[in-house]
Amino acid sequence: MHSLNIPLSLQFYKIFMVKIIVPVKKIITKLPDLSKHAIKLSEKTLKETQKANIFFLEAGNFFLFLSHATREAFSRQFEFKEFLRQCYQIGNKTLPLISVTGLIMGLVLTIQSRPVLADFGAVSMLPGMVSLSIIREMGPVITALICAGKIGSGMGAELGSMKVTEQIDAMEVSATNPMRFLVVTRVMAATLMIPILVLYADALGIMGSWAGANIKGSVSFTLFISQAFRVVDFMDFLPAVIKTFFFGATIGIIGCYKGFTAGKGTESVGKAANSAVVMASLLVIIIDLIAVQVTDMLL
Amino acid sequence: MTNVKTETLIKETASIPEHVIEIKNLSKSFADLDVLKNLSLNLYKGENLVILGKSGSGKSVLIKCIVRLLNPDQGTINVFGKKVSSLKRKELAAMRKKIGFLFQSGALYDSMTIQQNLEFPLKRIKKNLTKKEMNVKIEEVLENVGLTDTLAKMPSELSGGMRKRASLARTIIVDPLIMLYDEPTTGLDPVTSDGISELINKVQEKYKTSSIIITHDIECARATADRIIMLKDGEVYMEGDIDDFENSTDEMITAFFKQQVYQGQKKIKKNG
Repeated sequence: MHSLNIPLSLQFYKIFMVKIIVPVKKIITKLPDLSKHAIKLSEKTLKETQKANIFFLEAGNFFLFLSHATREAFSRQFEFKEFLRQCYQIGNKTLPLISVTGLIMGLVLTIQSRPVLADFGAVSMLPGMVSLSIIREMGPVITALICAGKIGSGMGAELGSMKVTEQIDAMEVSATNPMRFLVVTRVMAATLMIPILVLYADALGIMGSWAGANIKGSVSFTLFISQAFRVVDFMDFLPAVIKTFFFGATIGIIGCYKGFTAGKGTESVGKAANSAVVMASLLVIIIDLIAVQVTDMLL
Repeated sequence: MTNVKTETLIKETASIPEHVIEIKNLSKSFADLDVLKNLSLNLYKGENLVILGKSGSGKSVLIKCIVRLLNPDQGTINVFGKKVSSLKRKELAAMRKKIGFLFQSGALYDSMTIQQNLEFPLKRIKKNLTKKEMNVKIEEVLENVGLTDTLAKMPSELSGGMRKRASLARTIIVDPLIMLYDEPTTGLDPVTSDGISELINKVQEKYKTSSIIITHDIECARATADRIIMLKDGEVYMEGDIDDFENSTDEMITAFFKQQVYQGQKKIKKNG
């Protein structure tokens, strides 16, 4: 019995060692690695938290800036001369670019659509279709994107460099409100001028479309316009024009915000201009999406 | 007896210089960095107070707190007896009209000509002036700083020294009572620096201003200071006149002065 017991106990010992002690030992030896993973995980969590913090801080700063600008916009001391100067700057400097883009937009749209419509024997619908596309969507969005690039980056760079070279501080200590003088005038000028530029681009787009229609055929300008506006009515214009006011305000406020909050050094001027374009373009697309949905629900 | 007492009191009061700016226990920090620590100082009427110190000692932060471009964490600043931190927007604007601030970079508006740069504060602060009076004032100020033929020029067309002069003209055109100079001679050659220092004295003499001159340039301090305060790590390290500093045996002060003399010699050699 005793001789039998020893091997049994040995067997039990072996089983105990192999099945329990060795795996536990393995786990224990791996424990430091586990702690490393834990540290890595917490570092990653911290980084992500910091990113989230920066995002919320930026969002908070932006809304503070927006509320400050809105408050100043309703101030009695409006900088009318500076507002007119900004309107001139925005309108005059963007006009050649918008002219070329508008014309080409109509031309290309007509040339691309014509074969498809010809296949269905619906070439006579070309003026109406192109005009509708330009007025409702292509004109406002393309013009706004070009303005985001030209005006938004310009504002970001100009105000950013003013910030870096202490010109904004100099304005503030000479008893001038920089928010009222620099931001409100620019945002209001962009809000007013971009819808005008969009209407101008729409008109040139339709002209371009007429030119495109005459490449492979012959259609008089009067006939083209009458065909185009047979399809388009006032309710196609209205939502498109309304959304361009929002595009203008967005481009203005983003450009000014990025310039106003530029860091120190010349590098930050470039960054301000760049991020103004990216952010404004993105917001134009998002606002367009919302506007389309709202229009679709209402009409 | 009472009359004698009153007379003595009046005499004593008259001998006490009037505070224009009074700063008490000012502290300011950015993140973990304490830039100003419990700093207290006064600016008396009609004096040129030079604040010396190495870069990062909190000099520029101090004058930006005075005009509330920065808000201090602790302490009080009184300008003409009014607590700056409790001023409302209109009161703050009124206080700023009495203070001229010459920025380190000059801070001339790039998109405007020199004339427009000078007209800008004038139109906002001296609203009653006619166009003719404005032009006379602009010409007078430009003549005072030695820039007569620059009216139609853009700031980018001027040299560093000329830009500083134009900026000084823009600051003094509204007849400030206090002048704050932030590193007025930085980045200029020794001859131009001397010219700017002379101009600071001329401005004080002509416009009867009280000034705080922030600098790390000993020559500028020597030429302009009635009193000098040296800052180190956001605290007052030493106070006195230029002789006190030059005769000081303190290691840091002598090292600072030697370094400045060496840099000055290097500059002169470089500029021929």
